Amino acid sequence: MTQDLFGDAMQQLLAQHSAPARVRDIERGADAHALWTALEEAGFLDALASEAQGGAGLLLPEVFSIVFIAGRHAAPVPLAQTLLLRAALGAAAPRGPLSIAPGCLIDADGAIDCAQVPFGRMAQWVLVEVENQARLLPTATARVSAAGGYGSLDADLRWNHWPDTSITLAAASDWTTQAAAMTAALMAGAMERVLEMTTSYANERRQFGKAIGKQQAIQQQLSVLAEQVFAARLAARIGFDSTSTMAAPQRAAIAKERTSAVAPEVCAIAHAVHGAMGFTEEYDLQLFTRRLHEWRMAYGAESEWRRRLGVAALRSGHSRALDIVREQIMAC
Amino acid sequence: MLETLELAALPAEAEALRAPVRAFLRQSLADVPADVRARSWMGFDAGFSRALAARGWVGITLPGHYGGAGLDAYARFVVAEELLAVGAPVSAHWIADRQSGPLILKYGTDAQREFYLPRICRAEAFFCIGMSEPNSGSDLASVASRAVRNERGWLLNGQKIWTTNAYRSHYMIALVRTSGESADRHRGLSQVIIDLSLPGITIRPIRDLTGDEHFCEVFFDNVQLADDALIGAEGGGWEQVTAELAFERSGPERVYSSLVLLDEWLAYLQSRTQTDGPGITLLGQLISQLCVLRAMTLSITQKLAEGGSPAVEAALVKDLGTSFEQQLPVLIADALAADGARGARAQLIKTLAYITQMSPSFSLRGGTREILRGMIARGLGLR
Repeated sequence: MTQDLFGDAMQQLLAQHSAPARVRDIERGADAHALWTALEEAGFLDALASEAQGGAGLLLPEVFSIVFIAGRHAAPVPLAQTLLLRAALGAAAPRGPLSIAPGCLIDADGAIDCAQVPFGRMAQWVLVEVENQARLLPTATARVSAAGGYGSLDADLRWNHWPDTSITLAAASDWTTQAAAMTAALMAGAMERVLEMTTSYANERRQFGKAIGKQQAIQQQLSVLAEQVFAARLAARIGFDSTSTMAAPQRAAIAKERTSAVAPEVCAIAHAVHGAMGFTEEYDLQLFTRRLHEWRMAYGAESEWRRRLGVAALRSGHSRALDIVREQIMAC
Repeated sequence: MLETLELAALPAEAEALRAPVRAFLRQSLADVPADVRARSWMGFDAGFSRALAARGWVGITLPGHYGGAGLDAYARFVVAEELLAVGAPVSAHWIADRQSGPLILKYGTDAQREFYLPRICRAEAFFCIGMSEPNSGSDLASVASRAVRNERGWLLNGQKIWTTNAYRSHYMIALVRTSGESADRHRGLSQVIIDLSLPGITIRPIRDLTGDEHFCEVFFDNVQLADDALIGAEGGGWEQVTAELAFERSGPERVYSSLVLLDEWLAYLQSRTQTDGPGITLLGQLISQLCVLRAMTLSITQKLAEGGSPAVEAALVKDLGTSFEQQLPVLIADALAADGARGARAQLIKTLAYITQMSPSFSLRGGTREILRGMIARGLGLR
């Protein structure tokens, strides 16, 4: 119930502050201050932080709808990453947008290179993991260069040396895995929006004297789209199936593997049904399909997570696939 | 409209059935090779079904009054997934347990329930489903077999085909025309229970492409049915069949048909020293797909347990599940071939061959892919 109340409030907030026109403005460089402040004031950014730290003290499954709805609205701020990091840092967390680097390289001169950081263009601090030590580094001292294609909020970040100020996270954790679970929920939300848009378009667009959705060829494609979107949503739910504020690593792997695996087909069908209209900047479909391709790659796409799941499955010693699923992954 | 599939958990009472079922299966299937178990719910063994019934695991959802276990859809899910995962030969009682029993409970008269349900629960009455006819496949409403009222009940003439297990079943529940013409479509169709030992019935098994005999053609030549052969409402056949197909499509059997192969291949991977590489990546993919599909069937089970009728959602899960079942042998064959199948046991290769040959049927039986996608499109508001 709490979850639905949060979801409804999030829906309303984003309808106002993350409408498609606003998303485009922010992508073009307008500041996201109004959206960020609204999220802050409504308490969403501290949803996972403990009550003692001034947060809402929710557990991971309870924030699923918040993240899912952020995906549905293509919210152009690192809400998901910030949720995670504020839960981990409590009062020590800086107030601005926080993100998590998928990986980083340190070169011979000691420079730190983080490629394709999601929301890197606007994050004020970015979590970087080096030798099992996780630290938040300020982007103010980094060279920030836009990394993605048209409209992307990703950036490559480079620090020439360790910044003077950084915030060390006490608890060791696999932050890529946590960010992957979050990204899977964003993807599931974006996919649901894509399914809705595509279904409505098929019912509106008329050719040969009837809505194209009346054609069996289109119906078959939309059914496949629906199947993939339904599966992706449940997969993302599995990623959030936890009794704490952190995702269980193997469930996170399932979530990111499945959502990433189906994203290309979801995008392909949506664009095929929309025809040339879906190919325009003006039409909203591109806001979502572009993100789906980006988020698929963020924090590991399907092959990387398959590899990890396969290694874990082989190591488990279970002789049945069903037991690997039941006992090792789902614990039910 | 399509309802979202939520994460569902198995209640402890249902989960409690797992250990005893598993222990029983370990004992009774110890000597059955994998390529035989790969038949999954097509494997027929009346003795096995009776042994299962003796433990109370046939007719699990039927009320205790009729000999059932009076348990819910979750309990059936646990028992079904344990049976299917190891490829137990459940075919003899499967259709009665899954479809005919619940149908008779819902639409039957008291006398019909008293007669059939205890026999189903003891695995003494095996059922087959008479739907398809030579000229009536996906277009099920065009069935032409006809039961005409007479002074002794109903006189049945016509033909059914692709009827699974007809030659080794006791009864058929058939969809037949009781009034009107083919042009009347859904109107005038009824369901009748046919005692397959009656005079005038000829049953011929049709050998399938793996050499097995399960589906049949069945001829009705002036078969005299008693008055009480009618099940449910006269003319209500279409609605009843639609409700029945929702049960047919909702179980884990639409995901687990190739699991014996997956486990055999897992054993092969475990026997090798490789701990990384394309085979391991593929294993991770298949585990991930299985995990989400299982969660989807469990979600459908939850909807059934809560009294819902998730027909469209079940069609969606079935289409996705059978795609997985069909993809699995294709992908495993490729992975095996990549390392020359070195050290693969003959069992694994035989199981792979069987599943590969059978796999086209996974998306034909119980409604073709194209028909299911039409249902999903209707659920999406497109038709």
